[in-house]
Formats: sequence, C-alpha cells, structure tokens
Amino acid sequence: MKSDRIAAIVGVAESDLGKTPGKNVLQLQAQAAKLALEDAGLTKNDIDAVFTAGNWAWAPNLMLAEYLGIQPKYTDSTNIGGSSFEAHVGHAVAGIKAGLFEVALITYGSTNKTNPSNSMFKSPLTAQYELPYGLPTPVGAYALAAMRHMHQFGTTSEQLAEIAVATRKWAALNEKAYMREPIAIEDVLNSRKIADPLHLLDCCLVTDGGGAVIVASSNVASKLNKKPVWILGHGESHSHNTIANMPDLTVTSAVESGKRAFEMAGISHDEIDVAEIYDSFTITVLLTLEALGFCKPGEGGAFVSGQRTAPGGDFPMNTNGGGLSYCHPGMYGIFLLIEAVRQLRGECSSRQVENAKLALVHGTGGVLSSTSTVILGGD
Amino acid sequence: MIKDLVQSAIDEESKPYWDGLKNEKLFIQYCDDCQQYIFYPRTICPHCFSEKIRWQESCGNGKIYSYTVVHQAFGPFKSEAPFVVGIIELDEGVRMMSRILGDKDQIAIDQEVSVVFQEVENDLVLPYFQVKEL
Ligand SMILES: [Zn+2]
Repeated sequence: MKSDRIAAIVGVAESDLGKTPGKNVLQLQAQAAKLALEDAGLTKNDIDAVFTAGNWAWAPNLMLAEYLGIQPKYTDSTNIGGSSFEAHVGHAVAGIKAGLFEVALITYGSTNKTNPSNSMFKSPLTAQYELPYGLPTPVGAYALAAMRHMHQFGTTSEQLAEIAVATRKWAALNEKAYMREPIAIEDVLNSRKIADPLHLLDCCLVTDGGGAVIVASSNVASKLNKKPVWILGHGESHSHNTIANMPDLTVTSAVESGKRAFEMAGISHDEIDVAEIYDSFTITVLLTLEALGFCKPGEGGAFVSGQRTAPGGDFPMNTNGGGLSYCHPGMYGIFLLIEAVRQLRGECSSRQVENAKLALVHGTGGVLSSTSTVILGGD
Repeated sequence: MIKDLVQSAIDEESKPYWDGLKNEKLFIQYCDDCQQYIFYPRTICPHCFSEKIRWQESCGNGKIYSYTVVHQAFGPFKSEAPFVVGIIELDEGVRMMSRILGDKDQIAIDQEVSVVFQEVENDLVLPYFQVKEL
C-alpha cells in the first residue's frame, strides 16, 4: 500500500562547492536557492515557507529570509546537525498536509573549508564533562563507536575501507566531486591514523558548499514541467547529544527513524533502488545500514564487502561520491536529498542507477546523535 | 588552557562535582525515588523526573566500554597526542568520558580500571582512569 502523495520535491541545486573563497554562507544559500527555483520552474514569490539550519547566525531563518527578500508564513529552523534537512522535508510534508503553506524552500550553506568560524559556535553547558579530555570532535566519538563495533562483532578496518573505496568510485563519475582519484583498500589502511581505528580516508572531506531543496504540495507539483519526486515516508529521532551518553555505541536511532519511514511509505527494504546514506565516516554508514535493517546487527561489515555498494554492485549507495569524496561542508544532509532526486529523475548520466524508482535518504547528525530518514519515489 | 574549556560552564549544578575532584573524590548522584545512579550531575532525575537526588562518592572502579587512541588532537591537547580517551562504565552503572592511563598498546575494551586524580592545570583536577594490574 503506497502512502498518500501529499508533497513532492520539485527543485534541487547545489551552490559552488569545494573551496569558495570570497563567498559567505548567505551567498552560497542564495545561489543554491535561485538554481533550485529555476530547476523547479518556480519563482521566489511562490515560496511561502522557509527552512534552514546552521550555527552561522543567532536566528538563521531571520537572516536568510531577509537576505533573500522573503516574508514566509511558516518557518522551521530545526537543528539536529547533519540530519536537519531530512527532518525539514518531513516537517514540510506535515505543514503542507495541514494546509499551512504550499511551497517550502530548504537551504544550507557553510564555509567550513575557507572560513570555519563562519559555521561554528561554542556552548559549554553539559560539554564540561567531556571537553577536558581532548577527544577530537566529531571523529573521536565515531572512533569510539567503531572500536566498540569491532570488539563486539569482529568488524575489520578492511570492511570499513570497502565503503570509502566504493564511494570514491562513484565520485570518479561525478565531475562536481572534490576527490576523484581512485583509491584501494590498502590506501585507506595506510592513510594517516586520526583516532584508532579510523584513518584519514575513513573520514569525510572538509569543504565549503551550499544546497537547496524545494518541496511543494501535490497541487503545485503536478503543474510543473519536471516530474515530481514524491515524499513517501519520513521518520526522525535522536538518542543522545554527547557520545558518552549514547545508550549503545553500535545502535543508532535510525532503528526508529527508518522503521517509521518504511511504514509510512508502505514499502519493503528490497524495493529500494538507490540509497543515499550519511557518510561522515565509514563507520557511520555501517551502523546506519544495520539500524535501518538492510542487514542484521553486526553484519554491516559483511554487507559492504566485495564492493557491493560501488558502481555495478547490487546495492548502489552514495552515488554522488558522498561526504567521503564529493563534498562535506559540515551538515551534509541536504546533498543526500539532491542526489536522490537526480537519480529518481534519471539525470545522473554516467553514474545513473538504471531504472531507479525508489530511493532511501538517511541523515545523521551530531555524534551519531540524531537520525532522519526519507523515502522518495519517482512519478 | 584546558581550564578555559570548562570554567565558564561551572555553575551551582556542577560545582559540587568539580569541588569533589579537588578533594580527590569522584561524586556522582543517586535518585532516592527510582534508586538509580546519575551522571552527569543534574537537579532532576533523567530516569523518573524526581528531584530527590543526592550526591554520593563513587567507588571509582569500572571497566572500559570503549576507547580510542587519539593521534590527531586539537588546541591545548595537540602536543599530548597520542593519548587514550575512553568511555568508562563505573560499577554503579553510569558511564563517563575520561583519559585512560597505561600502555596504549595493551588497552582493551572490558578491562578493569580505577580512578586516579590528576591535577592537569593549577586548580583543575580531573578523574582519569588507570588500567588495573592483572
Ligand atoms: Zn529517579
């Protein structure tokens, strides 16, 4: 049973990516928003809801909407780190269903590479119990999870490296990807250690970049030129803030967010044609695949072995090259949505997954803290 | 300065914890209503929302729930790398982040550890954990 077609993604775009010296977070978001509107065949005046997230302003929505010259009737700045934008999509569907607005603009922008201070702020409070020990954030927290997964299930560094190698193969097919040179498993294992057991090539890039996604009601979507990408299911959750408070270092709240997204969409795992799964680190992907139920707990290592997620493999994943090789400006989730939409529209040329009809998009934020899952379907 | 990282956050809620460390005592909390231990310090129980919370000195023993050897550190910790940070599960059942002292190549998950008090800067004492002799 398919869910109601209440709302669709009708426009997507990235801003300039990689290194964008001379551009600030507002410019990047404006650039992406304009391109996404063009992609949708809509104008600025059609937008009646604004969604954004970031640490670059006291109230990012106010600053962004003023900059863009938009006076929205609905706004949402839910910030659950990198998973914020999948949550925004779910919240936009809820708002459209409630009749509160018809067209929502979701944006993100960051200059993490060129000017990190533009994208960060500090708030100690409960962090006082962790900060003085010197764990580098977020990589150290993910390393703690990887170490525990290895201890509990015998997962190996080679299995984690499979993810980085496969993702780089997809990046080679995407001219917008920041890192496109092929890598082998040995390259990952021989790369500099950052925090055991994670190596440099287990870690995402640090880049600048922005993105925009436009969500519209079925009424608006059906009148546009491009085929809508329907939002079939959504779920979100968060289990902790600081890593010492994660109830089980091997189980993320994707167990909850994924379950609800699948239930709402009324589809099963084997119907998913393409998966876009937050890859801040290789371990993030492994834990997510298990929590979403694509394999059993502890079997993530076996699941990704043999380059199964690479081009030509039977589980196409992170087809833009991911946060590991394409771009990662800090809160990467919006780029997962952009790629899934392009795959379902058949716009991905050499990296196109043949006959992609259903996509799963999964964001992760904080230190495995928050998760949000969206299931999208082509027209 | 490591102290700068925490100083501004210390308030009425956390002061007893930090003062305890200066006196070489590791204080955690206990809820008299649901009889569960609590860490980090709070004024309301995260298990049952009771406010009948009291400070209690931890036995200081526990085991390693997970750890990592940090090779690339930042800020005041940069020159200390490599060092070991872990999550310790105290015998009382609560978990806390800390440094683990001992031969980093011998450290393993589930090893037993006990607290040691380390003055890392003038007037800043932290609870570190030392791997127990076998
Ligand atoms: Zn209680």
